[in-house]
Amino acid sequence: MNRKQFLGTLIGAGLSAAGLLSMPAVAADTIKVGILHSLSGTMAISETALKNTALMTIEEINAKGGVLGRKLEAVVVDPASNWPLFAEKARQLITQDKVSVVFGCWTSVSRKSVLPVFEELNGLLFYPVQYEGEELSQNVFYTGAAPNQQAIPAVEYLMSKDGGGAKRFVLLGTDYVYPRTTNKILRAFLKSKGVAEADIMEDYTPFGHSDYQTIIAKIKKFAGEGKKTAVISTINGDSNVPFYKELGNQGLKATDVPVVAFSVGEEELRGVDTKPLVGHLAAWNYFMSVKNGENTKFIKAYSEWAKKNNVPNLDTVVTNDPMEATYVGIYMWKQAVEKAKSTDVDKVRKAMSGQTFKAPSGFVLKMDETNHHLHKPVMIGEVQADGQFDVVWKTKGPIRAQPWSPFIPGNEGKQKL
Amino acid sequence: MNRCNRLATVVAVCLGLLLTLAGPAAAALDAAALAKLASEDANERMEAIDAIAAGGDEAAMRVLTALQDGLLRVTPKGQVFIKQRGSLLDALTGAAVETEPEDLAKISINNRMRSQVEGVMAGLRIFSTDPKQRLEAARAIEPEEKMLATLDKALARESVAEIRDVLEVARAASQLRSGDTGARLAAITRLAGSRDPKIKTLLLALLETDAQSRPLEPDARVREAAADAVRAIDRRLMVYDFAQRLFAGVSLGSILMLAALGLAITYGLLGVINMAHGEMLMIGAYAAYATQSLFRARFPGALDWYLVCAVPVAFLSAAAVGVVLERTVIRWLYGRPLETLLATWGISLVLIQSVRQLFGAQNVEVANPAWMSGGIELAALALPWNRIVIIGFALAVLLLMWLMLTRTRFGLFVRGVTQNRAMAACVGVPTARVDMLAFGLGSGIAGLAGCALSQIGNVGPDLGQSYIIDSFMVVVLGGVGQLAGTVYAALGLGVASKFLEPYIGAVPTKILILVLIIAFIQKRPQGLFALRGRSVEA
Repeated sequence: MNRKQFLGTLIGAGLSAAGLLSMPAVAADTIKVGILHSLSGTMAISETALKNTALMTIEEINAKGGVLGRKLEAVVVDPASNWPLFAEKARQLITQDKVSVVFGCWTSVSRKSVLPVFEELNGLLFYPVQYEGEELSQNVFYTGAAPNQQAIPAVEYLMSKDGGGAKRFVLLGTDYVYPRTTNKILRAFLKSKGVAEADIMEDYTPFGHSDYQTIIAKIKKFAGEGKKTAVISTINGDSNVPFYKELGNQGLKATDVPVVAFSVGEEELRGVDTKPLVGHLAAWNYFMSVKNGENTKFIKAYSEWAKKNNVPNLDTVVTNDPMEATYVGIYMWKQAVEKAKSTDVDKVRKAMSGQTFKAPSGFVLKMDETNHHLHKPVMIGEVQADGQFDVVWKTKGPIRAQPWSPFIPGNEGKQKL
Repeated sequence: MNRCNRLATVVAVCLGLLLTLAGPAAAALDAAALAKLASEDANERMEAIDAIAAGGDEAAMRVLTALQDGLLRVTPKGQVFIKQRGSLLDALTGAAVETEPEDLAKISINNRMRSQVEGVMAGLRIFSTDPKQRLEAARAIEPEEKMLATLDKALARESVAEIRDVLEVARAASQLRSGDTGARLAAITRLAGSRDPKIKTLLLALLETDAQSRPLEPDARVREAAADAVRAIDRRLMVYDFAQRLFAGVSLGSILMLAALGLAITYGLLGVINMAHGEMLMIGAYAAYATQSLFRARFPGALDWYLVCAVPVAFLSAAAVGVVLERTVIRWLYGRPLETLLATWGISLVLIQSVRQLFGAQNVEVANPAWMSGGIELAALALPWNRIVIIGFALAVLLLMWLMLTRTRFGLFVRGVTQNRAMAACVGVPTARVDMLAFGLGSGIAGLAGCALSQIGNVGPDLGQSYIIDSFMVVVLGGVGQLAGTVYAALGLGVASKFLEPYIGAVPTKILILVLIIAFIQKRPQGLFALRGRSVEA
């Protein structure tokens, strides 16, 4: 190495060290994978576990020889629950770090924020969380549930005899695009089922809201107006902790007014005493309590990874639905890359259609040929005293996603890309 | 299922039937009913619960309690066990099982079954010898016609007036669907005096109409009586509703007051714009978390009382940080508000990041001690313990602070320095030391507030950010330099937002309150209460 070369390397190293603290010295033969999850702020409660799952899965793949004979290298960034920062970090991942794929986002507002970036730069995003639909992008694969794979079956369950035969509904959410759109769909759905306008109450709170006294009092009052009432909660992030605490303290029992949540899983309930909450519900496509070989393997792999990496509160680590969706997404991407024999976005996109994977939910999930969504089973679980969920209802098999809800007018014929 | 198994089940079912036919005395618990608990069909499971409850003995109670707590396990062959801590009992006999059978599956229970179990258990417990259990059971009874016989039997035996009262209401509620018009009318008259929203719901059911908007209740007199009763209950409930909102407002007010009291000293009395005030709250909350972790590790027996110990820890740690801050940064910046603002804002970022490094970016769990969980229920009023305790705590802090400022030598010095720094220095008050101690006191009180906040909200590095605006709002609205103003402003803001929230929602309330405050400050820049005197302008 002559002096000039040496200087060049030095400057290069200095530049990359200055630019990207998270990136270690780059080995040429790795495939870079971006991880875009909030590790601080109001969404950290949910998203940190997804980052951990992604890292664990990548480690698992590397231990088995990587992809196309190359090791995966994770580039982790923290968009800090700050929606514009998501777009900035996504741009950085694609243009500076040159990642082949990004796994990330939880809230729909963050996904909407990064979407133009991925479309402009032709990046690839795997989005692992249930969402409101009404979107379909060439550059995104949705491994979470669309409304017909979560929200609609959950409401149908509440209206059924086993679910208590609810006739009145409170739609309660955090004030942003996902709850607003989901509630719009649910309102239309409920109307189609003959529920009157007066029997639906809609209410929103800001992100990070912590005082649920009046809202719970209002729900109690609404429930007292006659007919069986159920609450459909699309509250996101750490607001769920004060919400459920208040629910328990004010003695609103699941046998009287059940609350079904779409963004609350095992992870969110970790910080809550669930004894007063037994019987409240959550709808997902996977629960940690599901018994099958894949799930046992998945839970074991994650708790071992957590132990090795000394994750905070590691004696109580849990797995949940978006973690499973992250895991499935990464493996499907790996299969697609192997099929395409390339990490090129266009080739991988083509190879993704029809990919199948035996998921920890106990079902073989398939990536739809036309709409970038997974076929997923729907499960409804009841909260137990130990913070786990007992599945009380599930579909026989995976069902196909309808990203464009038929309950929103003007969506007919919009099902394909 | 192989043939042998099927045969066994058939035999078991037949045996069970025989036993049931043989009379209720013999039907303590039968294996078939137990096995049916694990059935796929919900209706079959519900029947099984009724069948088990019909036994009505200790064994039935044991099985039902275990079912409720999710402790029942079943083998693929339909043998049912109760899993307890460290041991496995045969559900049928109650005998301990030595070797655990393989493939035990949990018998899960849904809300529909849960309310049924609660109902039948209440029907059994209502004959308990313990009056407390009887009262609880009487309250839990589902008002259905089939419960009438049980209720009559219980009423005939009951001597405690309070329980009789509850039972009579339940009996009346069960008669609302009776075939006899007179009985329905009598029941409505009995229920009209209730304060229970559940009774209102039951009465409202009488007023419902079918799809052709024909009333479901045939008798017009009954409908009228029910409507009158609903109105009477509504009037009573309105009072509770008002009380509930007032309580919510006072609770929010007490939290705002706690958060703002410290700022009232540092900003109000010393004139330091401390943007790191929110981080003092955060330090207090993390002090509570650290104390809790220490108790968990060292004194698990006294875990319920960690909070008592956390209070002084939170005060001292926040006060210490405050004193260090004052000595190293703020004292060089007295009289330069803009620099103070920027410097303290920088400090707040440093503090947030250090806590992130120390405790991680995720929220930490601070549990309510058992004595702060749950709440008091007065008819339609629910008052959670944690909020009651915090209101009391806020009052105690306020009283102590008031005593300190008005009754002690240190308080006299603080007031003297506030009113006229130069004169106070002339008469020998060590103003620099007073500044340092007052700043420490303000920070310490913020730490106490953080300790209280840890009991109702989330504890994370960003905790302070959400309170800093509110705190400044309270102090500015109340009038700078005034404790009384802070108290009134905090309670006023709390009650106002809680009365607005049910009408316009949480997000618009926040906006409206902010707009109102801005408008008010425009009209009256000195706030609600202003200091009078020559010194103020100086």
